[in-house]
Amino acid sequence: MTPLVLALRSSPQERLDLSPLVPHRLAGKTAAEISRLQLDTARDPVTVADIFRLRAGDAGHIRIEGATDRLDRIGQDMAGGEIVVEGDAGNQAGRAMRGGRLTVEGNAGHWTASAMRGGHIEVAGSAGDRLGGPLAGETAGMRGGVVVVRGDVGARAGDRLRRGTIIVEGRARDHAGSRMIAGTLVLRRGAGRLPGYLMRRGTIVLGESCDELSPTFVDCGAHDLVALRLMAAFVREHSAAAAAALRPPLRRLAGDMAVLGKGEIFAVME
Amino acid sequence: MRSMMVRGIRIDDTFAEAFPMRATAVVITADSMRWARQAALTMTGFATSVIGCGCEAGIDAELSSRQTPDRRPGVRALIFAVSTSELQKQLQNRVGQCVLTTAGTACYAGLVGEEALKLGSALRFFGDGWQISKRFAGKHYWRVPVMDGEFVCEATTGLTKNAVGGGNLLIMGRSAETTLAAAEAATKAISAVPDVITPFPGGIVRSGSKVGSKYKAPASTNEAYCPTLRGAVKTALDSDVGSVLEIVIDGLTETAVGDAMRAGLAAIVKLGPKRGALRVSAGNYGGKLGPHHFHLKDLLP
Repeated sequence: MTPLVLALRSSPQERLDLSPLVPHRLAGKTAAEISRLQLDTARDPVTVADIFRLRAGDAGHIRIEGATDRLDRIGQDMAGGEIVVEGDAGNQAGRAMRGGRLTVEGNAGHWTASAMRGGHIEVAGSAGDRLGGPLAGETAGMRGGVVVVRGDVGARAGDRLRRGTIIVEGRARDHAGSRMIAGTLVLRRGAGRLPGYLMRRGTIVLGESCDELSPTFVDCGAHDLVALRLMAAFVREHSAAAAAALRPPLRRLAGDMAVLGKGEIFAVME
Repeated sequence: MRSMMVRGIRIDDTFAEAFPMRATAVVITADSMRWARQAALTMTGFATSVIGCGCEAGIDAELSSRQTPDRRPGVRALIFAVSTSELQKQLQNRVGQCVLTTAGTACYAGLVGEEALKLGSALRFFGDGWQISKRFAGKHYWRVPVMDGEFVCEATTGLTKNAVGGGNLLIMGRSAETTLAAAEAATKAISAVPDVITPFPGGIVRSGSKVGSKYKAPASTNEAYCPTLRGAVKTALDSDVGSVLEIVIDGLTETAVGDAMRAGLAAIVKLGPKRGALRVSAGNYGGKLGPHHFHLKDLLP
């Protein structure tokens, strides 16, 4: 199947909103109609044709060539199909995504997978702050699907995570899994300060140590749990390296006792 | 009754009459096969007949660690009942009392069905608020804290309404010893057929029943097949038959029950009349009650 290719002409002058360029919104549109779609975020109108050279193809498979971090909201509300980003993605890539597959071959910006509900996102490089997190005023972050980041992630990865799995092969910065409601966050190279800050429920796996653990997490001992085997089998499908972090026995830390305290951090034995 | 002679064994020209049932399956795993089997045997132990047990259940297959969700050895058990509500009740009680309680076990869906039955989503309340919900790859699990760690249980399992209960073989031999040998050979062969169980102890039942009784009971002994009453009642037995055993077969599909009866018949015929059965028949109610008819002549090896 020949993909629909959007090749960037040059780096845009302003940040652009690429949310119209998702498979279900482009389905049935001609190349001319797609070319006229507006992507601007400032006063002057900017169309697809102004920014990209378009090569017609199957709208279910979109390829964005030469992408830069000024391209925001790639894959927003995506319901199916596939988008491959050759280069970097801006902020909110895969926001509120419901299905399909989004691959970023470079780095991704802040709020990647924000409020995602389903589907699969893979970032070959690193991702910015608040991976999967909610925007201001939203009560929950990611609610389903799988996110895999091969590099590092910024602060508050998995903020208010409600459901779904985030796998980070690198290291997370401070407050990973802050305010988690449920879901699973696997951090192969550990985290910065205070992982699980104010988490209510959910699971964080630290493959390596963190800079500082909150005193409001309590040690429940080292365990070889069946649930970790299930988790490892699932994670292995996406990242063999991250699955190794789930090798039992792991120390279970319950918290955050400053709030509900029904979350857990699994940490490697030291 | 007309019969066919197959390698010295008389095969009656009759059929087993079977009925539609509701069924489900669970996979039970543990740290060793011994404990997985123990949990499954306990769960399916008192489940020989829907008449007195509420359901019929048994072990379908033993699974290697490569075949189970948590990579531990396991057992697949099937449960059959006459209604969805009864099946739900039996599943919940039996897994709750026999699997949850067994050291080191976990329990998973063993069937993808048209509808779902509650499994972990009913048993999670044992966690008293400490239970943890986990979803991976479209599956939903409950983790319930217990004294040896956690009981992991999939939230639901599948239900099929296409199950068939009551496939059967009536095995008649010269003595109790040879009849049991034939029945054992048949149950061993049937155990290799997927998606079926033989719910009675060891897969064999000696107390074949008829519908009704002179007392207030739903079923009573089938005197026509009792060798000690051969001269006193209208018997179905020949003069050379000294013992009768029955194998009852429940399956997830009509095909599975037919395959199991075929495998059982083949094993009986292979054993031969000297060491095994002299005659094989099947139980039915004249064909007017059950929609599934398994004719022995169609199942011969």
